[in-house]
Amino acid sequence: MSAEQDSSTESFESLEAHAYQLEVRQNLLLSTPALIVLFCAASGTLLIMLVFSFLTPGDYGGIKWQFSTEAWFQVAFYRDIFDETVSIADAHLSIFWRSVKLSFLTTLVAFVLGFPTAYFIATRSPETRNLWLFLVTIPFWTNLLIRTFAILEIIRNQGLVNTVLIALGVIDQPLDMLYTDIAILLGMTYVYIPLMILPIYASMERFDFQLVEAAYDLYATRWRVLVRVILPLVKPGVIAGSILVFVPSLGAYVTPRVLGGGKHLMIGNLIELQFGQGRNWPLGAALSLTLLVIVMVALIFYVRSAQKEGGAHGH
Amino acid sequence: MSDDVAVEARGVSKIFGASTDQEVRALDHVSVSIAQNEFFTLLGPSGCGKTTLLRLIAGFEHPTDGAILLEGKDISALPPFQRPVNTVFQNYALFPHMTVAQNIGFGLEMQGQSKDEVANTVGAMLVLVKMENLKNRRIDQISGGQQQRVALARALAPRPKVLLLDEPLSALDLKLRKEMQVELKRLQHETGITFIFVTHDQEEALTMSDRVAVMNEGRILQVGAPHEIYNRPHDRFVADFIGDTNFMPAEVIEHDESEVRIRLPSGIEITVPAPPGLPQGSEVTLAIRPEQARIVTDSDAISIQGSLTDEIYIGTDTQYRVDIGMTSPFVVRVQNANGERARIPLGSRVGIAVDPRTIQILQD
Ligand SMILES: Nc1ncnc2c1ncn2[C@@H]1O[C@H](COP(=O)(O)OP(=O)(O)OP(=O)(O)O)[C@@H](O)[C@H]1O
Ligand SMILES: [Mg+2]
Repeated sequence: MSAEQDSSTESFESLEAHAYQLEVRQNLLLSTPALIVLFCAASGTLLIMLVFSFLTPGDYGGIKWQFSTEAWFQVAFYRDIFDETVSIADAHLSIFWRSVKLSFLTTLVAFVLGFPTAYFIATRSPETRNLWLFLVTIPFWTNLLIRTFAILEIIRNQGLVNTVLIALGVIDQPLDMLYTDIAILLGMTYVYIPLMILPIYASMERFDFQLVEAAYDLYATRWRVLVRVILPLVKPGVIAGSILVFVPSLGAYVTPRVLGGGKHLMIGNLIELQFGQGRNWPLGAALSLTLLVIVMVALIFYVRSAQKEGGAHGH
Repeated sequence: MSDDVAVEARGVSKIFGASTDQEVRALDHVSVSIAQNEFFTLLGPSGCGKTTLLRLIAGFEHPTDGAILLEGKDISALPPFQRPVNTVFQNYALFPHMTVAQNIGFGLEMQGQSKDEVANTVGAMLVLVKMENLKNRRIDQISGGQQQRVALARALAPRPKVLLLDEPLSALDLKLRKEMQVELKRLQHETGITFIFVTHDQEEALTMSDRVAVMNEGRILQVGAPHEIYNRPHDRFVADFIGDTNFMPAEVIEHDESEVRIRLPSGIEITVPAPPGLPQGSEVTLAIRPEQARIVTDSDAISIQGSLTDEIYIGTDTQYRVDIGMTSPFVVRVQNANGERARIPLGSRVGIAVDPRTIQILQD
């Protein structure tokens, strides 16, 4: 019964797709210069990293042009200097694990805080919305390092939070917040949360809030309105925001360095160490590429599952 | 009697922006009862508070004053999802991430019905609105008229006690609109659900409704069956808003039980049936429908006289405009018999004959 109509929409869609491809091809031509720059800047450096990861470390940093797979071996294994016994490199693995965990938590916390914020802004009157957006972007005006030190000032033992809590008599010993995973999580959430808020807001701005009333009218409780109507429709914003927070969190370097002290390294710090004090450039390069692979795998999984969730009837 | 009342508004007022300098009184002590199984229409110009009244019944807004009752129970404090009332929105507000069938099933699912129950009811609704073969389409893949049907089916599926429709036909072109008017009447008849319909199109209101409430500036001016509203408007606004009307000032000379003798500006006196309570000497306004007057050329025992200024052919009717020495011309509409119409030279003196029983007396 609907077969005929369906096939007609199909041919219509394929026609549309053709027109779209044509348009894309023309645009491609225009963007060639940009693509060349991107190619050299991104792929060029990646290629250098790939080559370096298969060389031997130089004595004072740098590399020696001598093929070796030692660096890749060292990513996951540790070879004792004296008796050459091989064991798993737990330090590396635990740093990788902590990085993934912290980045995931950062993304989660940024979402939990950022989503209501974006919702709040999107439901203000158009004139006040810009003010709120402006406030969200204010932190970007200041250098990352300075902002991170500001957080340090707030949470250190003699910092703002502890002083106030002690003065109020809530606690009598300062809380140890600095140089913990929590401190890193706090700092990274603070730094990256605008990258969650802005894309979600952009999705919500296009969202028709009458749909909320429609669902509410059709016996959906507030929670169900959120889950069944709002979230599926602002999903593109949530996906974009999560990627924008997760990826830089995983490579974060300044925040874990300042707020985690020396104790709580993340991948970024580990990589930096290899190019600096460690004088092991090939290992640094191998670690960087590993990070890249982790990010790519995580993204593919995330986008796949996000699409599948609403995919049956999504856009 | 109160068993038959579906929805009642008791002294409902709604003030937007209270305690700011832009206070808007959208509804002003509105009281109305709407019977079970009635096709009830709210009619009025833009901004008169029609949507606000619907939103109060749906639960999207709460009254500043007064109460909304559903089958005798005060529901003013209930949120929309606890009211057995559904809305068809002006721009449909269909869920774009769901198919036609999923849209229709949404309310049922939210009510916690089982998958089978939902599928059964959705199937029945698809048949009811004749959308069976589009059930798996996405919303942006169907036409405006089809979206309209889906919106209706979605709101009717949970079998609400009352269906609210806020100008549901205003986005459709004229032909589709006429079709949907018939369709809506059929749906209301088949489902037996009370419909509260909002429009600012008086023709639509008169043709579709069991009863009409005419609103202006946050108040209900008159409630009644379409013929009552049309033939016996209570005040000048209603008479003016519904159909075309000629207004004419007059003075009451004497009054008895059921009749009143009045004097027209031209000095002519006529006797008109009228409700009691018009004091002698009081100023009134006469309202005369264009189609209830006739043009006469042969008699001089005619109450109103003037000179013909315009003759406009409008398909089935011809409209004559007669200058009777007042600011606006008197309009007379005459049906064309078999496409023929009597030609009267423009500028000639004509008389206007009116059956006194069709004259409505308005007090202001
Ligand atoms: N949320 C609101 N805040 C402030 N004023 C409002 C709000 N909603 C409605 N109003 C005002 O209340 C009055 C009635 O509005 P309402 O939408 O009920 O009119 P309406 O009869 O539905 O008009 P229309 O035919 O144009 O839809 C208008 O003056 C409108 O400006
Ligand atoms: Mg309205």
